[in-house]
This record gives sequence, C-alpha cells and structure tokens, in this order.
Amino acid sequence: MRFVLLAFALVLAAPALADSDMPPAYWANRQLPNPSQESEAQGLMQEIRCLVCQGESIADSDAELAGDMRDLVRRRVAAGEKPASIRAWLIQRYGNWISFRPPTQPIGWPLWLAPFVLLVVGALLAASRLKRRRRR
Amino acid sequence: MSGWLRFAPIFLLVLIVAAMLWRLANPPDTTVHSQMIGKAVPQFVLAAAVPGVAGLSSAQLADGKPKLVHFFASWCVPCIGEAPVLDQLKKQGMAIEGIAIRDRPEELAQFLARYGNPFDRIGSDPESKTQLAFGSSGVPETFVVDGRGVIRLQHIGAIQPGEIPAITAAVEQAR
Repeated sequence: MRFVLLAFALVLAAPALADSDMPPAYWANRQLPNPSQESEAQGLMQEIRCLVCQGESIADSDAELAGDMRDLVRRRVAAGEKPASIRAWLIQRYGNWISFRPPTQPIGWPLWLAPFVLLVVGALLAASRLKRRRRR
Repeated sequence: MSGWLRFAPIFLLVLIVAAMLWRLANPPDTTVHSQMIGKAVPQFVLAAAVPGVAGLSSAQLADGKPKLVHFFASWCVPCIGEAPVLDQLKKQGMAIEGIAIRDRPEELAQFLARYGNPFDRIGSDPESKTQLAFGSSGVPETFVVDGRGVIRLQHIGAIQPGEIPAITAAVEQAR
C-alpha cells in the first residue's frame, strides 16, 4: 500500500526544472508573414542541429534553446540575411558539427567511396561464382 | 571459396561487435565546445538584469583586466551548487561578470539574495542571443576573457571546488 501511494506521489510530482518558465521567444513558434522568407528559414532550420537534443534539428526540437535558435534564424531571414550567411555564423561558433550538411572532408572520403568499392567486390564475387557454376 | 575466405563473415561480425562494445564502454563526448576560443568576444549590449546591478556590454570586457564571464540563471539548479565556488573566486580578487539567461528580475533578485552576488555587472539575455554568439550551449558556463577582450577559455558546467586552481591559472595567463 505504501509503495502504491509512493508511486502515485511520484506520478504527481513536478519534474525537475531544466528550463526557465519564460514564454518562448517571439518567432520561436510563429511563421514569418512572408511565405518565401518562411520557407527559406524552414530550409535552414531543418539543417541546423539542436544543441540540447543533439540528434534533432532545431525545427523538430522542443528544447528552449532550439526555440531561441529558430527565433534567431527567422529574425535574420526577415532582416534580409541569406541562409548561407546565417549558417556560416553558426558554424563559426559551434563548428561544422552544428550543420547536418557538413562539407566533405578528406576524412569522410572512404565513407563516400565505400558503396562503389562494395559494388565492385560484389560484382567480382558474383562473376567468379557464376563462372564456376557454368563450368560444372 | 576455400580457406580463410570462408571465415570472413565471422571475422567481420566479430569486428563489428567489438566496435560496438568499445563505443558502449567509451561513450562519445556530448559537450559542445565553443569555436570562439582565441577570438574577440562578440559585440553585445545587454540591459541590467536586476535593478541595482549594472548591465553588461562587450566594450566593458576589453578594459585591460582579465575577467570571468559567467552564463547562469535563477532557474538553473547546478548554478546554486556553484555559488560558493564563485564566491571564493570573487574573494581571491577575480572580476566576475554575469549574463543571466531567460530570467526575470524578481526571480534573479531572489536568487542573488539567497546564494550571494559575486558579479560586478549582470546583463540580461532573455532570448539566449548573446549565449549563441559566444558559442555556448547551456548554463552554467564560464568563459575567461583577457584584458583585450579575447576569449581564452570555456568551462562547461559548474566549476567544482577542485577546479578553482585551473581557472585561476587561466586568468593569470590571460593577464
């Protein structure tokens, strides 16, 4: 009984505060009135990594900081700044990590080459097996 | 298909499992390090976060004296535990500037009254703009800024009592 009561008490307990209780930033969850600007901002927000929920983009994340980052992106797009320059500003502060579309670097080349290498290996393997079968 | 090639898939599997086990044992570092180290502090002008304590602007960080710039908030629980450490740094004569993230004046005043106020100035950053400009990603975080206004060090998370000498040394070096 005591355990059940304790369990209920835990259900009702308020979670530890990891966020402020301030309302979200003005443009965090509001679309820009100009549709072409909004779509520009959306495009960029989907490619910027959230600093809190690191697997999500700032467009998808519910974290407060992601809201502040959406506000920053929309404000700058509304002020006429190009998404590429906003992306560069963020990369200057957080590194290529912040972008879901990092530039290709020499260290990533094996990853890009792997599919072709595997394809060639597979073709050679198949060829040798088919040849053997024909011979039989 | 003879000899060692027959065992290739098993070797491959062992390799993959070993890689997975290694990653489980050594989880990747998820802290986000600012790329602004060695660069000048970004331009900002922040209004006072509480009445009675002056606001903060980037120009004030280049006055010839090295400083700590501390990002914190009254709603941040680890910041409470860090308060005595900041107090001690202040007693050692260190200049500490505060930037309050998403905070309200009354709540911040309450926080300072309860846990002490080691700050010379506190700027209010209600939409985390200055925090993003510093390349910071949470609270608490502390930056060492030298007398010319160049960022020299980022400390992520609360400063532990054992880390005070390292912070003091970094400030000495920034002189």
